Amino acid sequence: MTNARGKGNGSAAVRTESLCRHFRMGESLIPAVDRVSLEIGAGEFVALLGASGSGKSTLLNLIAGLDRPTSGSVVVQGKDLARLGREDLAKYRLRTVGMVFQSFYLIPSMTLLENVELPLRFAEVDRGKRKYLCQQALDRVRLGARSNHRPSELSGGEQQRAALARALMNQPQLLLADEPTGNLDSHTGAEIMNLLLECNQSLGMTLIMVTHERALAERYAQRLIFLADGRLVDEAEAAQTSTSLAPGEAP
Amino acid sequence: MKAHDVAELALRNLRESVLRNSLTTVGISVGVASLVAMLALGIGLQQLANRRLQKSGLFDTIRVTSRRDPRNLSREEGENGPDAALSPSLDESARQRIAQLPNVGEAYPEIRFVTELRFQDKPHLSVVSALPSSASTTDAFEGIEGRFFSSDSAPEAILERSFAQRLSGGESNARALVGKPLTMRYAERTAIPSPAPAASSPNQADMAYSVAARYENLTIVGICDLDPDSMRGQARARVFLPQKLAESLHVMDPSNLRDTTNVLGGTPTYAALEVRVGSAKHIPSVESAIKQMGFDTFSLLDATKNLRQFFAVLDLFLGIFGSLALTVASIGIINTLVMAILERRREIGIMKAIGATDRDVRGLFFAEAGAMGGFGGGLGVALGWVLGRIINGGTNLYLKRQHIPPAQIWFVPWWLVTSAIVFAIIVSLISGLYPARRAARLDPVEALRYE
Repeated sequence: MTNARGKGNGSAAVRTESLCRHFRMGESLIPAVDRVSLEIGAGEFVALLGASGSGKSTLLNLIAGLDRPTSGSVVVQGKDLARLGREDLAKYRLRTVGMVFQSFYLIPSMTLLENVELPLRFAEVDRGKRKYLCQQALDRVRLGARSNHRPSELSGGEQQRAALARALMNQPQLLLADEPTGNLDSHTGAEIMNLLLECNQSLGMTLIMVTHERALAERYAQRLIFLADGRLVDEAEAAQTSTSLAPGEAP
Repeated sequence: MKAHDVAELALRNLRESVLRNSLTTVGISVGVASLVAMLALGIGLQQLANRRLQKSGLFDTIRVTSRRDPRNLSREEGENGPDAALSPSLDESARQRIAQLPNVGEAYPEIRFVTELRFQDKPHLSVVSALPSSASTTDAFEGIEGRFFSSDSAPEAILERSFAQRLSGGESNARALVGKPLTMRYAERTAIPSPAPAASSPNQADMAYSVAARYENLTIVGICDLDPDSMRGQARARVFLPQKLAESLHVMDPSNLRDTTNVLGGTPTYAALEVRVGSAKHIPSVESAIKQMGFDTFSLLDATKNLRQFFAVLDLFLGIFGSLALTVASIGIINTLVMAILERRREIGIMKAIGATDRDVRGLFFAEAGAMGGFGGGLGVALGWVLGRIINGGTNLYLKRQHIPPAQIWFVPWWLVTSAIVFAIIVSLISGLYPARRAARLDPVEALRYE
């Protein structure tokens, strides 16, 4: 289960080669991601596991095109993200990737409908078509009746469902989830995980999820990838750094 | 992102921080208002001066004299034209030809002579001058007591106030002169055939004239405030007659050497013509056309050139002064937008994470700056208009207290309205350059981390 080589349906959706992301902190250089080479197949559901500060979110940001590597490469569907300009990288984030965050990241001043509509505005979809697509997306996550509510008027689970609806608006091939259940109770978390699983299984999206809950990852993901101190490690090594990653603790 | 989406989101964002954005917009509007009020004042004063000049008749009038006039012989410009003896005489046909030149309103002979006027059997010596009916529109007759001439040939007279006071024996009695009779004694020239007729057809050399004393009974119809010492030609006179009436009298002016020595022919000849042109800008073309006909001309055009220059400088200074407030307002825009970036840092991060390009974010901030500029500009023009009305009203109140007729010293033309709004938008967009660029360059990971 710790294999860095992908299975999926054959072709690699994401491939990293000696990927490094170093941050400078005063005099010292912190290797947040250090020589990571991995391959994730198209349609695969992979969980990135690691303790706090292991570099899993940084790795996810690099795959999402939100951050740029210090060295090495991230190739998503044949495109080397390190070589893309700012404009092309933005288009990549718009068209290829859908992202769900632990803190939902909905814009508080906008209603759910407006939040969900935002990626369609950036994609220059016609206004008439937009309304229909947004309503459809909110209905899919069972929030159709709350489309005119602001995020602050919703529960955490509802906000995360809205964030998922937004991530799916431009039909991305790659869905990235950074601790999607981190701020939710276990029941709501399971609800979100089922929705993510549905995206992976019925829509065929490649799903990479960052979590530090091994049990959750084992239950839903096809493959687990462990990170410690920015490097890929095997299960045993990961277990030494964090108790939550030790096997057999699943509820 | 499409332009209407940018606009929609920008307006939405402005509504979200309504108090701060409104205050910034008010700042811009105060800047625009001061600019509009200043320029409107400059334009208004210029128009007032132009109107006054136009009404004075000084700047749209050309004085035409013959080169044969002995007084012109020493003039330098006379040397460039044909010899004085060969130049045409300024007679009725020349007057008609000048009157038919393009842009010429009218051309009438200047008639001015010194003569005796009798009022209640008391003689008074004064300069008498003829006025065409068009003179009634000049500002000289704005404060006339009584009325202007009923027709161009009516036996009527208008008196200059100080002369009227002299006739009536006091300031308070001057008004009572209106409607009273006045007798003018003058010397009439009449052509008579020469006692030694030539064999061929009669010409000027064969003619002679007689001078006879005549009386003309006039009715005083008005008293005006024309200052006899002003630079205006007719104003040097103290008694005014209608133009056609004065022409029909054939008065001999002993002070006019040419007139005295001129032997009357079939057509009348004139010492000088006053030519009124439609607008001051046509003066040079009309002047050159008249010069080509062989006459000398004189106009006060240079004075208007200086006046235009003065107002250009005045407008520039008023504009700079007005722009100072707008400069302060533009710093307000920068401040507001930079604050908005700090406040909306996370929002910018979210937008970038879900696919907004640098251009989208930049466009959004630009649109917000432009919208504040547009609203501020519109509001500022309205505010400037109200401010101008207040200044105008206040000034007129003061003028009224000083017994000076009211005047429109302030004017907002349409071009000022539109250009002030456009200027406000441009200034706002320039102010938005830095914040928009800063927002666009935000690193999404950093921005998302911001709490």
